[in-house]
Amino acid sequence: MDDEGQPQLTRRELLLSGAATVVATALPAAHAETRAPTRNAAAGTTMKVALTVNGTRHALDLDTRTTLLDTLREHLHLTGTKKGCDHGQCGACTVIVDGRRINACLTLAVMHEGAQVTTIEGLGTPQRQHPMQAAFVKHDGYQCGYCTPGQICSAVAVLDEIRAGIPSHVTEQLTAQPLLSADELRERMSGNICRCGAYSNIVEAISEVAAGSRA
Amino acid sequence: MKPFTYERATSPAEAAASAARHPEARFIAGGTNLLDLMKLQVETPAHLIDVNGLGLDTIAPAPGGGLRIGALVRNTDLAADARIRRDYAVLSRALLAGASGQLRNKATTAGNLLQRTRCPYFYDTAQPCNKRAPGSGCGAIRGYSRQLAVIGASTACIATYPGDMAVAMRVLDATVETVKPDGQQRRIPIADFHRLPGSTPHIETALERGELITAVTLPAPVGGGHVYRKVRDRASYAFALVSVAAIVNEDGTGRVALGGIAHKPWRVEAAEALLPRGANATAAVLLAGATPTADNAFKVPLAVRTLAAAIEQGKARA
Repeated sequence: MDDEGQPQLTRRELLLSGAATVVATALPAAHAETRAPTRNAAAGTTMKVALTVNGTRHALDLDTRTTLLDTLREHLHLTGTKKGCDHGQCGACTVIVDGRRINACLTLAVMHEGAQVTTIEGLGTPQRQHPMQAAFVKHDGYQCGYCTPGQICSAVAVLDEIRAGIPSHVTEQLTAQPLLSADELRERMSGNICRCGAYSNIVEAISEVAAGSRA
Repeated sequence: MKPFTYERATSPAEAAASAARHPEARFIAGGTNLLDLMKLQVETPAHLIDVNGLGLDTIAPAPGGGLRIGALVRNTDLAADARIRRDYAVLSRALLAGASGQLRNKATTAGNLLQRTRCPYFYDTAQPCNKRAPGSGCGAIRGYSRQLAVIGASTACIATYPGDMAVAMRVLDATVETVKPDGQQRRIPIADFHRLPGSTPHIETALERGELITAVTLPAPVGGGHVYRKVRDRASYAFALVSVAAIVNEDGTGRVALGGIAHKPWRVEAAEALLPRGANATAAVLLAGATPTADNAFKVPLAVRTLAAAIEQGKARA
């Protein structure tokens, strides 16, 4: 890095530049391998894929191994979606694809040709917040905030799932319309872990949005 | 993940033929289990065949009054289908007891049948595991075995089948429909679909190389009170320590299958004649020959008590 006239770096920029240094150090060896005449076993296969994220179409050429999560964060620089466990256990990567919430870490970008993806950046902005974002702020539904984008994407989809009549593990009458109870919300949100333990405030935030949308 | 090539299959027969052509191919549908294992290099396919474009995503009436569930019907859609909720509630309940909302939105009927064990020694590539690396031994037998099998296990493997859906399908006498690489179709009763570990724990199902599941059929509804009772370490989003799928009639007759205790959904038809006499009598036959470890011996009385609760709940719902 250039020491002269050091600009004010954000934490993210500093982390990114640090990562770039590591990559640059590792490059020569990897580069030598890729020049070998036979196909390098460690080299990936790339494929073209086009998908629409928050209303904008993106045509990409990606290693087949690239998850939807890494596509969003590393290729489209939409870093609102978070990588927690990267194994579908924590829910921090929850996004809405073709109207359904999924774990972006457990799906490949190449499996989503033509898909419509909504991330936390697509739900609302600081100036024009989605009602769920505003409710999380109002009810203090977070502490460190790392799980929050996933919690909010999940919560928005949960209310749609209840409206669509999809039952849950705690639904007493399987054939009846599920209730908008706290028990239902807790069960349906169990795929989103919050290590700060903001759960009670999260349920309050979702309940308020649910009550508002019912009115 | 290891590098892999990727193709989108356009017909079931073509997908099966492609799998036969590529020695290290895997089908991918929801991907929620396979990609997890690929990241850990427990699974290292050189080629992925994406079957998501094959259709196979509808639930249709089957001859004889049952239902034919397409292989790609997502867990959420199967659990929420009005006919399943009304006539096969044990299946709806089992699906809803598994995973999280996000995972159920992706996971498919066929993929769920094929999900791999969560034995920690299978997941840890630094450990011996006859299922992951045949002949390497079993780290679990003298290791941490709290979650693992108490019946039907072998000296080669004490892993459990982790799923819930298949336990309900076992009690419903479902049939798995497949297509082979040569285009031939066959029907496999769910009882014969999953295998016990024996000396070949890496062979988990009756599927042959390249064979693709196309559907699961359910026979006509049998009535009765439907229950899926799952006991786990936390109230939601955890694998079963013990689970019971039960269909019980008012007079106490019925059928039961257990999850979380064996390498396959555990059902012993001979034990079901004893259901009217209660859980203890039934379990004496159902769990005869159990070989728990010191760590998981608790699962045997837990299974009996969960069975007792399921029978009572089933009678009340009948």
